Amino acid sequence: MSNGFMENSVVRWIEHRLPIFSFIDHSVGSGYPAPRNLSYWWNFGSLAGVALVIMIITGIMLAMQYTPHVDYAFDSVERIMRDVNHGWLLRYLHANGASFFFIVVYIHIFRGLYYGSYKAPRELLWILGVVILLLMMATAFMGYVLPWGQMSFWAATVITNLFSAIPLIGESIVTWLWGGFSVDNPTLNRFYALHYLLPFVIFAVVFVHIWALHVHGSNNPLGIDTKGPQDKIPFHPYYTVKDLFGLGVFLIVLSAFVFFAPNYLGHPDNYIPANPLSTPPHIVPEWYFLPFYAILRAVDFDFLWIVPAKLGGVILMFGSIMVLFILPWLDRSPVRSAKFRPIYRQFFYIFAIDCVILGIMGAKSADGNTFGMTNVFISQVATFYYFAHFLVIIPLVSTLERPKPLPSSISEPVLKGGGSMAGATAKPMEKA
Amino acid sequence: MAESTVERTQDDEGEDRRDFLYLAAGAMAVVGTGAFVWPLVDSMNPAADVLALASIEVDLSAIEEGQAITVTWRGKPVFIRHRTAAEIEEARAVPVDELSDPESDDERVQQPEWLVMIGICTHLGCIPKGQKAGEIKGEYGGWFCPCHGSHYDTSGRIRKGPAPLNLPVPPYEFLEDTTIRIG
Amino acid sequence: MPKSSRYGRKALAASLVIALSGGLGMALESSPAAAAGGGFPFPEQSWSFDGVFGTFDRAALQRGFQVYNEACSACHGLEYVAFRNLAALGYNDEQIKAFAAEKLIVDGPDDEGEMFEREGRPSDLFPSPFPNAQAAAASNNGAVPPDLSLMAKARAGGADYIYAILMGYQDSLPESVLQEIFDLRTAENEKKYKAALEEYEDRLDAYQDKIEDGQTATEPVKPEKPEPVTSVEDLGLPDTAHFNAYFAGFGIAMGQPLYGDDVEFADGTEATIEQQARDVAHFLTWAAEPTMEERKRSGIKVILFLIVLTALFYAVKRKVWADLH
Repeated sequence: MSNGFMENSVVRWIEHRLPIFSFIDHSVGSGYPAPRNLSYWWNFGSLAGVALVIMIITGIMLAMQYTPHVDYAFDSVERIMRDVNHGWLLRYLHANGASFFFIVVYIHIFRGLYYGSYKAPRELLWILGVVILLLMMATAFMGYVLPWGQMSFWAATVITNLFSAIPLIGESIVTWLWGGFSVDNPTLNRFYALHYLLPFVIFAVVFVHIWALHVHGSNNPLGIDTKGPQDKIPFHPYYTVKDLFGLGVFLIVLSAFVFFAPNYLGHPDNYIPANPLSTPPHIVPEWYFLPFYAILRAVDFDFLWIVPAKLGGVILMFGSIMVLFILPWLDRSPVRSAKFRPIYRQFFYIFAIDCVILGIMGAKSADGNTFGMTNVFISQVATFYYFAHFLVIIPLVSTLERPKPLPSSISEPVLKGGGSMAGATAKPMEKA
Repeated sequence: MAESTVERTQDDEGEDRRDFLYLAAGAMAVVGTGAFVWPLVDSMNPAADVLALASIEVDLSAIEEGQAITVTWRGKPVFIRHRTAAEIEEARAVPVDELSDPESDDERVQQPEWLVMIGICTHLGCIPKGQKAGEIKGEYGGWFCPCHGSHYDTSGRIRKGPAPLNLPVPPYEFLEDTTIRIG
Repeated sequence: MPKSSRYGRKALAASLVIALSGGLGMALESSPAAAAGGGFPFPEQSWSFDGVFGTFDRAALQRGFQVYNEACSACHGLEYVAFRNLAALGYNDEQIKAFAAEKLIVDGPDDEGEMFEREGRPSDLFPSPFPNAQAAAASNNGAVPPDLSLMAKARAGGADYIYAILMGYQDSLPESVLQEIFDLRTAENEKKYKAALEEYEDRLDAYQDKIEDGQTATEPVKPEKPEPVTSVEDLGLPDTAHFNAYFAGFGIAMGQPLYGDDVEFADGTEATIEQQARDVAHFLTWAAEPTMEERKRSGIKVILFLIVLTALFYAVKRKVWADLH
């Protein structure tokens, strides 16, 4: 923050009583030193924050026009689209914003996986991030129910029925979730209440997430700790302006969808009002849930006569997120960045491809074939690999792999042009 | 600055260019934010379907002389009174320049026996008494607002109390002798 | 940008781009396949509202409205469209009042507590032809004619699909398409026959084994070899269904709605089946999203603005970072 600003008498009066300006300065201002080598992959954290704000703002405006009642929900959404001033813009921003929120967050997560951002001392930071992901999923799911179209209704039915897989108390839990004996008005009402509440819970967890981030600062592409002031630059103006540029690009892509392909990521069936007596022939979740949907459907066999297929699928689906919680302890490599971990890097890419395959399988019908194999079989292999990656490959690779030598500091390769950086000599550096 | 003049000029040019960039980017960002906020604000204005529900038709034939009815138009009560000759006379007799909101009775009615106006006190939005037979009509025989004691006369004009204006007359027209369309 | 951070970025970028496009691709692919659901793949049409700069053709909209109003509205509602919305088609207030007044709207209750019918007003929504879904089903052999307000958004393919369905009855279908459908069904039948034949042979073996063991068993029935499909009747559609090439399963409850000259266009255009189908598809696309033109117009402005803003941010970013390199 510039000195001139802090010398202003009003600012000083406030600052003396509530040090909000130095708080901002130490959070995202010149008082927050960040590693000087953060790449554009580090833009996605702040982008996710902006996406959350866009979702909350458009969501509040939509909530003022929406009616959470089974008889009026669909009509009120159409009224927003047709009669409310700029209502179509609000709704399309909110619907596509959800997709883009997930795109940004998934990139953010994969960046963390590649550069080892989950490792000490950032384990809690990572765990808070996974909590945010879980909350986002719950919020997105309940939001998708609100328009009360065919996909809304059947998504609500299918997903709430997952809980019926829990032995003994499953059925009671589902009845409790529904507030009745099927997805109906009480369900819609509580989903609306929670869909309004959860984003603020997310906001709070994001706050703690950022707090944890500021304790040890950002990880960086080299994955080594900052050694001194020569390794750092102030967040403002360097990263604020870089984040603004990234935000501009993000908004262009989001706008392209909102204005020119607003229903591209949606499903036509959700423009048919919910009909509890007729399931659409091919129900799919929103794209960001497809990999998890594939894992759910992959389990079509009972496991050891103890775990029925239905429960197995649910356990694995939730397990696929839960495994992220223990990731910091599964990976024992002292080296963070995959840049210096040649073997882990290969497995990272295979894992990314595995997630794409799961996504593709999630979109295909369960009884189909791809490349001469049944979709269920492909899903099973991909699901197996998903868990093997975390539970077998990462622990093994992290102990057996011989990492490349690390540079002694961030500023060394930066200031000396990278020539002295181990492992980089074989490949000429690109022009920055 | 301690540099030579030549260096200073170059520096200034560089700084000018930079300042211009900052200013342009900042200004555009402010404009962009405004352009984003406007649709949000405007979405709270009445929607097209609300604006479209503009007019209602009312059949007056059942209203006896001296009686009044209340109908709803745009969610507001509209008072329609079939005035007696005495009431009309009383309303006409008032000198206009003595009124706090000067308006002659002729300006407020299309046909003297029918007084049509929005029944919302111009003070703070309560609904004045005086429509039903037994209700208090205030000191001037018209309407009386119980919230803060505003008195309206037989032409719906404010005569006493905190209300600043006469009861407003909505746009209406006579379709037939005993049918009006409000809005 | 510090040089070191470029290291290995490309590969990461590539994998994420693949991941994202894979996801998007799936979303795209899953939709048409789902909605087509066994109908013959319908051809893509070219429309004036296609693309970034696309707008509706007012003349086509008016003709399409005429088709809806005079041919479709007897069975299909348009419950989210109000008469006042017709102003967007280029009609003036008097014309809109006249259209509204043609329809009877149930209103009330009146002072006696009774519901009554009155002439429509511009603020009214198009009345549904049936009071409820049960009444609609009862008068249409059990099938409820869907409301058309959102048809163009509720079916993959939108206007293309609507046009295809209207052109998908036997009369207006090219012989070649008909033949392809017959061939398709013939191949399907033969595949089924082969599977049935294999099952039959297995059963026959089991039956003969049992007979040899002296057990009683019923002899399996040999499946009949299917005749090649050569006519619509051979498709084996249910009695209540009408053949339609583009509808799922080739059988649609709606009888052929357009025969040509079903309406007399106010602008003198010849009312062929094709013309009417095209125009009503155009109209229904508008009905599904009357704000489309506004959306595209704002989109162009917003994106141009954002491109300039982002370029400025980039320039500022370069300037700010220049002293670091």
